[in-house]
Amino acid sequence: MSEPIEQSQPALKAPLLFISVLLIASCGLIYELVAGTLSSYLLGDSVTQFSTVIGVYLSAMGLGSWLSKFLNRGLARRFVDLELAVALVGGFSAPILFQAFAHTHAFRVVLYSVVMAVGTLVGLEIPILMRILKDQVRFKDLVAGVLTLDYIGALFASLLFPLLLMPKLGLVRTSLLFGLLNAAVGLWSTHLLKSQLGVTTWIRFRCLAVMALLALGLAFAGKFTLAVEEEIFADEIVYARDSDYQRIVLTRGRGSFQLFLNGNLQFSSADEYRYHEALVHPAFGLRPDAKRVLVCGGGDGLAVREVLKHPSVQEVVLVDLDPAMTDMASKQPMVRLLNGAALDDPRVKVINADAMVWLQETSGAPFDLAFVDFPDPNTYALGKLYTSRFYRLLQRRLTEDGMITVQSTSPLMARQSFWCITATMEASGLKVRPFHLAVPSFGVWGFALASKHDFEVPSRVLPGLRHLSDEATAAMFAFPKDMDRVPTEVNRLDNQVLVHLYAREWRRWS
Amino acid sequence: MKRRDFLAATAASALPLACRRKPEFSFPGELMGPDLPLGHWVRGGIFPDPGCFEPVSVLIVGGGVAGLSAAWRLAGAGLDDFQVLELEAAPGGTSRSAQNHVSPYPWAAHYLPVPDRGNHAVLRLLKECGVLEGFNAKGDPLFAEEATVRAPEERLFAYGQWWEGLYLRAGSSTEDERQYHTFFAEVDRWAAFKDTKGRPAFSIPRSRCSDAPEARALDSLSFATWLEARGLDSPRLRWLLDYACRDDYGSRLETTSAWAGLFYFAARKQGPGEDSRPLLTWPQGNGFFIDHLRQASGERLHCGVMATAIRPDGKDLLVTAWDVPNQRRLGFRAQRVIFAGPQHVARHVIEGFSAARPASTRIRNAPWLVANLTLRARPPEAGFPLAWDNVLRDSEALGYVVATHQSLRDHGPTIWTWYRPFAGPDCDAERARLRAMDWPACARMVMDDLRPAHPDLEKLVTRLDVMRWGHAMVRPAPGLLWDPEFLALTLPFGGIHFAHTELSGLALFEEAQDHGLRAAEEVLAALSHGGGSWR
Repeated sequence: MSEPIEQSQPALKAPLLFISVLLIASCGLIYELVAGTLSSYLLGDSVTQFSTVIGVYLSAMGLGSWLSKFLNRGLARRFVDLELAVALVGGFSAPILFQAFAHTHAFRVVLYSVVMAVGTLVGLEIPILMRILKDQVRFKDLVAGVLTLDYIGALFASLLFPLLLMPKLGLVRTSLLFGLLNAAVGLWSTHLLKSQLGVTTWIRFRCLAVMALLALGLAFAGKFTLAVEEEIFADEIVYARDSDYQRIVLTRGRGSFQLFLNGNLQFSSADEYRYHEALVHPAFGLRPDAKRVLVCGGGDGLAVREVLKHPSVQEVVLVDLDPAMTDMASKQPMVRLLNGAALDDPRVKVINADAMVWLQETSGAPFDLAFVDFPDPNTYALGKLYTSRFYRLLQRRLTEDGMITVQSTSPLMARQSFWCITATMEASGLKVRPFHLAVPSFGVWGFALASKHDFEVPSRVLPGLRHLSDEATAAMFAFPKDMDRVPTEVNRLDNQVLVHLYAREWRRWS
Repeated sequence: MKRRDFLAATAASALPLACRRKPEFSFPGELMGPDLPLGHWVRGGIFPDPGCFEPVSVLIVGGGVAGLSAAWRLAGAGLDDFQVLELEAAPGGTSRSAQNHVSPYPWAAHYLPVPDRGNHAVLRLLKECGVLEGFNAKGDPLFAEEATVRAPEERLFAYGQWWEGLYLRAGSSTEDERQYHTFFAEVDRWAAFKDTKGRPAFSIPRSRCSDAPEARALDSLSFATWLEARGLDSPRLRWLLDYACRDDYGSRLETTSAWAGLFYFAARKQGPGEDSRPLLTWPQGNGFFIDHLRQASGERLHCGVMATAIRPDGKDLLVTAWDVPNQRRLGFRAQRVIFAGPQHVARHVIEGFSAARPASTRIRNAPWLVANLTLRARPPEAGFPLAWDNVLRDSEALGYVVATHQSLRDHGPTIWTWYRPFAGPDCDAERARLRAMDWPACARMVMDDLRPAHPDLEKLVTRLDVMRWGHAMVRPAPGLLWDPEFLALTLPFGGIHFAHTELSGLALFEEAQDHGLRAAEEVLAALSHGGGSWR
């Protein structure tokens, strides 16, 4: 070194302060990535979200840099305070944004405000740190050192975020963790800048308080994620489980409870009786002495509950893919109460298998009645359960005068899909009588009643039901003009037209 | 090489594997046949005659699709005095299949386009197997829904995600689209072609194709040259067509005859302007047909038996063979022989054949590597969902077929059959390359190929078995298919009749079956065992 460094002030630990540049640069980029990812995740259109978040963030950093010239006294103290501010706003940015999405209609306003605030604070950091160091290090070394580490820190963050942080921690924990890191840099700075700070007790206490707050956030992050989901589900979550096949969520609110599979409503306890009475009793109206009954899907046990109301029934076989679902239906108190512990009835046998594979690979005594209650055909794996091949396989396991009822989506909202299911059942050789009713949680809902031979629509049902009467049953089979039959293709294994039809029709309503 | 030497050599080559401290892969696997050393043993060996020659009317050498179809035909005509010799431990040739605790799975050929109403032989077979369910009002055949490939049929991995179909529409330019339509308009033109005798230019099997000069002229140039002449240079289109060449012929645009290139598309059209014929498939691939066809031979099929020499003796033919499992010599005195093996084997086995049939050396076979990966579960992934056929665009391999797709299992364990033709211009060099690969090299090739689409696949693999096919499929090189000397290879040689898919210059189930039936019907006629044709 040719120029001697003035030793008028006690020496700061300049190399160690450079390390804090590396850390705060990483933190700064992480907040930016969290905001970009979170807004893409919640709003979609990731190109727009990332572009606008990065743009706002960088310009806010510019604003921060400009504002730094108005800070003149007590720079070291300002720097520590700044770290704590970044730690709080940046660290809590993901929880704040999730809450804003769930609770307010102004998510974008909150989003850009948070991005703006974090950007401005981060923009202040580097100029202030450089000014603290300017008397310790030659200018050219200072600029080179600070900017080098600033950019390298950004690289660390940009690699860590997608490879490690997002997959292992998720957004909320990542933002809180880096907030904690920012606050730790603040605490560490009180040590590095001690010569300029004077008494540090109070400022260190503040650092520790901010860190404790963020650590608390981290500890409750798991509960928080569930809470966010609750906001999106509108009601309190009482049960949530990721099975091998789907996410099962049970919510409670407004005097009823609801089951969601992968976020799609399966039933609400307020009006499921309408749906399940319509699924089960019309077929029994035509075969009141049915003894052996097959239920495909319907792992919630509600269809089985209706089936067991018929004293003639001797055996019910329930085939549902997901053991987690049938397990919940027999153990979760609310669901068990709703289905009347139907799955524990000695007449009921539960089989956890893909119903189509089960039909194809097993044989046994034929069934008098079969109820088919699958989720709507929104994937190929579900679409196969609505093909002519499925209905042929099902017929093989049916007595000669057996009846089938199939839940077949909404004839109003997915009119072509509904009639495609009817046409497909007909192509498999069945005689089909479709019908519909209103289920408030779902809208207008449709079913198809079918048999190998022609039949008259049922005119009698079990007395004492909540919704169906003899008259109401017959009335379900009339279709008003806007739901009446439309020509469609047949849904076969090798074309799966229903999956495409269904996706197109429901897109209009979502 | 004596058998003992061979065993010693195998043991020696296995030694370094056993000594390795840490295995490269967490899963086990096996390097499977065809029995290369055994097959090559026939070349240089001197085989003393067996003690006696068992008399038989017809001896079929080769238990692949052609040989088993010939036996099926003979049995169908009531000619029961035949025997079938198959070198490998199991019949089927490249239609072989296997099964483990998860599913049956194919070892090579795995589908069949539905036949048109004129393909009587395939329709007869499908009816016997219960796949042909009847005919519609127009007279077109109807096939069992469970045998037609379940949707989604194909997907393509490109730009880091999966897309529906094999032709990448995402990001294609209007020029790409124009060329795509131009090419398929050309295919339609050829699909509509009829010669003066009413024969189509392209049909399956190729014995039904027109030999009109304008169609035959296509064989004189490569598919690449033909495309260039029409200004078809869209990278997407050329990728699709090159993929088709690699998939069906084990060769590339530059080494495939334009006739064969158009055959692939035009012969599968239901009619001009219509869709391609749907495909039929089973979890075990074309092993489904082998399971059926072998029943016609029953006890008369002998596996692990290698014909070592065929020579005339008066009006008869003397065939010597080596029974590998029982380590003994066999002899047959046959009135007729149906040689249902490849021509390069015929050259070593049939006395006087190589001198009399020099054209037999013109047949080149592409080597293939096929792997079966048993997975404990399916990898989580984004984009278009798992299909039957899953192709990676930026790969020398052809992707993988899912064995459980057709059995409707959408969850849990599965088996993927991965295919890679060695499509370089020199078949012998490619074969040497493949032969030099041990199991870790093969496994590495498979896993490296799949990694871009499935980075965490290794955790899910419970087994990875590989088959090295030295002579997997004949290449329809420009100038081969309509060469008169090549076509004359189907003619009988003394009392020996030939049946093999390579005699068509196209490796297809239907071609193998057609040659099997032709050879069998030649024999039936020669032995005055009348009856109409099944072809």
